[in-house]
Amino acid sequence: MRELSLHILDIVENSVKANATLIQVDIEVKNGYLYITVVDNGKGMSEEFLAKVVDPFTTTRTTRKVGLGIPLIKQAAEVAEGEFSITSKLGEGTTVKTSYKLDSIDRVPLGDVPETITTLLYPNIEFVWRYAVNGEEFIFDTREVKEELQGVPIDSPEILVFLKSLLKENIDSINGGIII
Amino acid sequence: MKSIADIKAIREKMQAQIMNRDNVSDAAETRVVVGMATCGIAAGARPVFNELVDQVQKRGLENVKVTRAGCLGMCKLEPIVEVFVPGQEKVTYVKVDAQKAKDIIEKHIVGGNICTDYLVGEE
Ligand SMILES: Nc1ncnc2c1ncn2[C@@H]1O[C@H](COP(=O)(O)OP(=O)(O)OP(=O)(O)O)[C@@H](O)[C@H]1O
Ligand SMILES: [Mg+2]
Repeated sequence: MRELSLHILDIVENSVKANATLIQVDIEVKNGYLYITVVDNGKGMSEEFLAKVVDPFTTTRTTRKVGLGIPLIKQAAEVAEGEFSITSKLGEGTTVKTSYKLDSIDRVPLGDVPETITTLLYPNIEFVWRYAVNGEEFIFDTREVKEELQGVPIDSPEILVFLKSLLKENIDSINGGIII
Repeated sequence: MKSIADIKAIREKMQAQIMNRDNVSDAAETRVVVGMATCGIAAGARPVFNELVDQVQKRGLENVKVTRAGCLGMCKLEPIVEVFVPGQEKVTYVKVDAQKAKDIIEKHIVGGNICTDYLVGEE
């Protein structure tokens, strides 16, 4: 993938598919590393399934025999001198944690986070996105947005376009001109 | 800087529009669906989704919904966009990019003409 935020999109789609109702995504830059964590309260995986989930031939999809989302993010972290871990409990949820050395030459850029967030807004799933760079943070909580929306769907085009520009302004301000 | 409180103005405008519309049922809704599994994402589904949303917003199209689906079963032809117009057969577009996404909204959804160049076998 060309951007780490595409891996985030992919990992969060796994959480959506696992019927999560709350998904927390944490993107943090500190001490020369980028940390990306996705926590969901979806259906989780059994110990046995979890043990083989990093294998590309592990999938519950019926359209094909390979599942690449997890193997690809694992590889992206490991080539960038970072780490990958996944924990999961049946009926409780799943956590995917990755880190990347910022100045590793094999690290792909973080890419378009605002567009990634707006691609992932669902009426029936709540998200808490935390974006932090060297101590400055921005939190985007869909529960607050939905309160303000008073029943207008969060994924209507008008709202998505507005939220994308809100997210871009806030994230650009946290970045303070640096490209991650 | 924009804040969540700014939603109020947009919401009020939208609520007024909804009131003005005669009860359009769900059945009358056009759906545009983008494949968003690993295969789709790697091939460029995210910018396609966002271009479709931008076009629908810019043109003020009512009753057009842009949504996501998982793997649509033809990974080599991603990004795939399926269009469901009420009362018509499903149309599947393959290898879609931002420009094609714009054409799909303009020519098919607004103009009513299927973009035959973007169908399977024509790509
Ligand atoms: N957050 C999650 N909660 C529950 N199960 C999960 C989660 N993430 C992954 N899985 C399980 O692990 C399998 C492998 O995931 P992976 O993302 O690698 O591939 P995939 O989603 O099957 O296909 P692809 O990502 O290539 O579209 C999934 O099919 C699903 O069964
Ligand atoms: Mg996946």
